[in-house]
Amino acid sequence: MSKRKIDINVEYLTRVEGHGNIVVNVREGKLEKCELQIVEAPRFFEGMIRGRSIFEAQHITSRICGICSCGHTLASIQAAEEAIGFAPSKQTIHLRKFLLYIEDLDSHILHIYFLAAPDLLGVKSFVPLIDSHNQVVRLALRMKKACNDVCDILVGRHVHPISAIVGGFTKLPQEKDLDAMLNIFYDLRSDMDATVELLSGLKFPDFERDTEYVALVSDDAEYPMLVGDIGSSDGKHLDKSEYKKVTNEFVVPHSSAKHTRWNRDSYMVGALARFNLNFQKLHPKAREVASAFNMKPKVVNPYLNTVAQLIECVHFLEEGMRILEDFKNTGIDYDEEIIVGLNEQNRIKVQSGTGIGAVEVPRGILFHSYQVDERGIIVKANCIIPTSQNVNNIERDMKKLVPEILNKSDQDITLALEMLVRAYDPCISCSAHFLKVKYVNR
Amino acid sequence: MNKPKVAFFDFACCEGCQLQMANMGEMLLDLLGVIDVVEFREVMSEKWDGEYDVAIIEGSITTRHAVEIIKKIRKRSKILIAYGSCATIGGVNGMKNNFELDNIRKEVYGKDYKYFDTIKTRAVHQVVKVDYFVHGCPVYIPEFFKVIKAVLAGLPYQVPDYSVCVECKLNENVCMYDRGLTCLGPITRAGCNSWCINNNNICYGCRGMVTNPNENGAKDIIAKYNIPMNLAINKMNMYNKCRELDEDKNEQKKD
Repeated sequence: MSKRKIDINVEYLTRVEGHGNIVVNVREGKLEKCELQIVEAPRFFEGMIRGRSIFEAQHITSRICGICSCGHTLASIQAAEEAIGFAPSKQTIHLRKFLLYIEDLDSHILHIYFLAAPDLLGVKSFVPLIDSHNQVVRLALRMKKACNDVCDILVGRHVHPISAIVGGFTKLPQEKDLDAMLNIFYDLRSDMDATVELLSGLKFPDFERDTEYVALVSDDAEYPMLVGDIGSSDGKHLDKSEYKKVTNEFVVPHSSAKHTRWNRDSYMVGALARFNLNFQKLHPKAREVASAFNMKPKVVNPYLNTVAQLIECVHFLEEGMRILEDFKNTGIDYDEEIIVGLNEQNRIKVQSGTGIGAVEVPRGILFHSYQVDERGIIVKANCIIPTSQNVNNIERDMKKLVPEILNKSDQDITLALEMLVRAYDPCISCSAHFLKVKYVNR
Repeated sequence: MNKPKVAFFDFACCEGCQLQMANMGEMLLDLLGVIDVVEFREVMSEKWDGEYDVAIIEGSITTRHAVEIIKKIRKRSKILIAYGSCATIGGVNGMKNNFELDNIRKEVYGKDYKYFDTIKTRAVHQVVKVDYFVHGCPVYIPEFFKVIKAVLAGLPYQVPDYSVCVECKLNENVCMYDRGLTCLGPITRAGCNSWCINNNNICYGCRGMVTNPNENGAKDIIAKYNIPMNLAINKMNMYNKCRELDEDKNEQKKD
């Protein structure tokens, strides 16, 4: 086995969002090269929005990613409002939290069923499952559509939301809209139970590597998603204004996504990081699911990120319903509806400044930062995407994993690597683009 | 009858238009009953090495490598559909063309900018022949179904060439100009059922401009409501910057 030669070259990893390659070379049983190459065409968002109105920022940066467009929207709005010195109302904040919960729920369902499950069921995609597991596919499509329908009601659509803007919402849900959303959520509960049951019957690979886990943290009892400081499993705690001290971005030639590191060589963000840092704040029902899966912080198997997503799904569903029920009781103040456009009428007061948005989107903590002049024109922009933050950590997982499974066939090693990368639910369009695995004879 | 072999490909984009497929719910299964999806990297590991009856392309062409790939796809495809604004008109990626390429590369990647190849953003039809257009950011699924039906029946699909205002009026929305805002509805192709204005936001022009926009009318409106011209032009360039490449055929042959 020590003479083993392996060359893995997965070009354009499938079932991830965006373009990436996995390249692994083993010579004489020794790992020589192990890279997750990000080959997405760079899109230069931070460059192109210079000179534009801050009131266009969310519309444009939402287009960084179709899967987490609501998350980008919310991070962008948070940064923009801080930059111009605008404080959103309580009602707005609740509605934004609700939007974020649906987005994370929606994205997790997409990942669990369409991107991760085929590997666990031993098929190449969900398409063969239409025949072999028709009810499961229908359940998945129904859940995906349910989240989508709630977004349609709340913000016009899920992919690139329309009514969530700097200042608040251009359209607020009517009483009948609240009822419609609640009904969809009630129906989702049984499908969610079925999802939990389905996943509990599947086996996830055994692999462990302790790393630094980074997520939003807060002093209150709420599982922090929209608002908080930046926390680490290594005990560090920073205000979001110091996000650059966390990310420490650096460029590597094989990736159009920049790499990051904080207190160790790399860190992980996403559902598993949030679970590890904020487990106690999860809804009791979500914690029940965690204990059914024997998940207790700190979990250091990255493949279990998918299970952490499932646990979060239960949390977001329950918390989302709670927010809707609260609105049913308190009512909605429709005077807060705003029509802003490019702020032609100066309805929102603008001042020069810098603002930072730090929001937990499906794949982890997302940073947007803008500097604007006194007219609200963007001078400088910076976006640091969760997948960029994970790439370095994924590579280090791969480097530990490959030597542990050298006795397996090329095919099995490739699959194990692909599944590892997919477990992070990478979003390469966001980070730039992502995945490809290459082997040569061994 | 054999089901047509359909493949999805993506270039520079957010993949949100492909995601619209998953948002159809169980209707997706009906669609899969009449087409045979042979490649779709975002959700499938299966590959196909034969000819495609239909290739559906999301994203703009922004690197030399992408130019080569789209040409190869075109050769292997009987019918090619540009799917979503990035593909049909260049979309938001076109904003890059407002800047010198080296300037924008340095802004994002610093001293290491040379690792990151980029060329002027182009819509798909500015590189290869396109047979059908599905506009929008994101695409509007009811229109996508119309296009797919036309493709399956072997008929052309005519994108509406009147403005969003027509649909907006039918939806009885209050005009955004009457609310004091600039809206690109008057010069933008309809077909989205005035999606954004229905939700109290303005039209950003994501479906591209009508072939013969009433420029004088638009100027009159902008003057009437005392809106700065640079603001209006900036906005038109958010999605529509690449249209200048349609006018400059030499530019298309470069690279």
